[in-house]
Amino acid sequence: MYAIEVDNVSRVYQKYSARHRFQTFKSALVKGDVFRSLKADELVTALDGVSFNVEKGRTFGIIGENGSGKSTMLKLVAGIAKPSSGRITTVGKVSALIELGAGFHPEISGRENVFINGIILGLSKREINEKFKEIVSFAELEEFIDAPVKTYSSGMYMRLGFSVAINVNPDILLIDEVLAVGDASFIPRCLDRIDDFRRRKKTILFVSHDLGTVEKICDKVLLLKNGKIAAIGEPKRIVNVYLQDIAEKQEKAFEKKKAEKAPAPDLGDERREDRWGKREIEIRKVVLRNLQGQEKHVFSPEEGLAIEMDVVSSEAIKDFVFGIGVFNSKGVSCYGTNTQIEDFRPLLIQGNGKVVCRIEKLNLINGTYYLDVAVHKNDGYPYDYHRSLYSFLVSSTLRDVGISRFPHTWSFSPTIKISK
Amino acid sequence: MNLIQNIKGVWKYRVLIQNLVSREVKARYRGTILGFFWSFFNPLLLMTVYTLVFGFILRPKDPSFEGSPWLYALFLFCGILPWTWFSSSLLESANVLMINGNLIKKILFPAEVLPVVTVTSNLVHFIFGLPILILFIPLLGKPFTPWMLFLPVVMLVQYVFSLGFSLLLSSLTVHFRDIRDILANLLTFWFFSTPIIYALSFPTIQKSHTLRVLLNLNPMTHIIGGYQSCLYYGELIHWKKLGATLLVGLLLFIVGYYVFDRLRDSFPEEV
Repeated sequence: MYAIEVDNVSRVYQKYSARHRFQTFKSALVKGDVFRSLKADELVTALDGVSFNVEKGRTFGIIGENGSGKSTMLKLVAGIAKPSSGRITTVGKVSALIELGAGFHPEISGRENVFINGIILGLSKREINEKFKEIVSFAELEEFIDAPVKTYSSGMYMRLGFSVAINVNPDILLIDEVLAVGDASFIPRCLDRIDDFRRRKKTILFVSHDLGTVEKICDKVLLLKNGKIAAIGEPKRIVNVYLQDIAEKQEKAFEKKKAEKAPAPDLGDERREDRWGKREIEIRKVVLRNLQGQEKHVFSPEEGLAIEMDVVSSEAIKDFVFGIGVFNSKGVSCYGTNTQIEDFRPLLIQGNGKVVCRIEKLNLINGTYYLDVAVHKNDGYPYDYHRSLYSFLVSSTLRDVGISRFPHTWSFSPTIKISK
Repeated sequence: MNLIQNIKGVWKYRVLIQNLVSREVKARYRGTILGFFWSFFNPLLLMTVYTLVFGFILRPKDPSFEGSPWLYALFLFCGILPWTWFSSSLLESANVLMINGNLIKKILFPAEVLPVVTVTSNLVHFIFGLPILILFIPLLGKPFTPWMLFLPVVMLVQYVFSLGFSLLLSSLTVHFRDIRDILANLLTFWFFSTPIIYALSFPTIQKSHTLRVLLNLNPMTHIIGGYQSCLYYGELIHWKKLGATLLVGLLLFIVGYYVFDRLRDSFPEEV
């Protein structure tokens, strides 16, 4: 049985300027056509022919970039907004955690607000009386419950809002990114509550940017892109599709940024802060590729990286060392090496050449990295030194910390109960 | 019909309405020293101003006041108190959907509850002021009469009329914010077009047929007249006029509700 059925739903909004061109009486009277029909270019399609079903008792995630239509979808399911076309059916009581504490009145006490908010969300007075203690203790507001809500901190406000909303005990719970504001101790308790909901076979529609949580708690995930369904299915797969998508986008943004920055290496001989040396041997071009040979700037930590340098030496030189260095955004050196350290003996370089440093697996944590490349003499005299002229991004769902991701595994003795 | 269903829906929300009204009433005077007393101090102060200016300086010679500024003060009070209910209801309802935009945008919330709450919480303030008014009847030299028992009928007519107006105003203001500014001026004009600071029995009015017709076309004339009958003149309310006003009120309510319902879907985007 389906708890939520969304059938070919579209939602069209008018662009702000078009909507408000005739906002006032005066202009309406002057132009005389308040109710004129809107032209197509004055409309914004927030959702376009979206269909999906959520089975009863399932947790269904919706992910996507900002403006992809996630919140609109949630509002439509909640019944707050109406679809422009298509049909939405829900079975059972729906409660939406779209904004916590919406409708709290600042002047009256937390206690009174709990009652009114509870009634707004569909509880009876008796039910609130029964749950009052639990609501207050979950929000950890026993001390302040009789103070006016305007004296609350934003965290207190949010906790009380969440606590009321979660105690409404709906059949379908809609959650929109509300957990983002909680502190480190409150979020796990919220997630506990959500788990509790899942155990009791309630249906949850979960919108979030926290892909880790989505992957963990959802049974099925929908990826929206510009108001259309881009992918739907098993969480891990959809999250990966989304990440791939983001990576491609970042890649494009990177290239754009690079194009805007004037290509530095061709700026002549004068000494610059990020490039120095007399260029007896010159590094003409540096390209980053993955191990399959594609030029790239966004990598997963599992991927390999090939740094490709085109070098030119105008004369015959017998003393040269090629080196690379990787720095993170804080300027910490993550790795550096050169041909001297690795016992290569230079014999001769003349004319054009190509040097490739192939890293089999990056094993870096998420972040932006800067690359130094250089060619110099054994004693350190630089021919051509490029300081942080190249950068790349490492991006993944993992949230481990540090500088480098050590290859590792976990194992536990049978006495320890643990699962993944 | 849709209207009937929706009215049933509003009935379903009576607990919500009740709680929101009590919230409004509590929140309004929260932080003031006099608290609820402001509900009758406000009209009392207004009445004092009018009595000083009109009663003592202009001194209406009309026989209904028997030349007494004190009786004139009582007459004023009978009109100003319900007028305050009416005008605050309208002024507040013009803003009520915007102020509570959060409820409409973020929660599945029956928007029609909001104008109902506005008119009802102002009714509560009116009721708070009523004992003072009744106390002033003997103090200022008029007897109690059994006709006073018709007061709830007059209040009902005013409630329906105000609610119809509130529904219309609150929904239209979402699209035409100008209404808020027009309304304040319109209400001043309306106040003076209603026999509140003057009586219908004034010779200037009685002599002019046009003036009488125009004043009789104003529904508030009959509503305020109803209060004056019950409390001041001590006579039976004018059934036919008040009945006609109730019909006008119901008509306005239906129109107001229809407009509100038509515009309802646009609220979440527009407020």
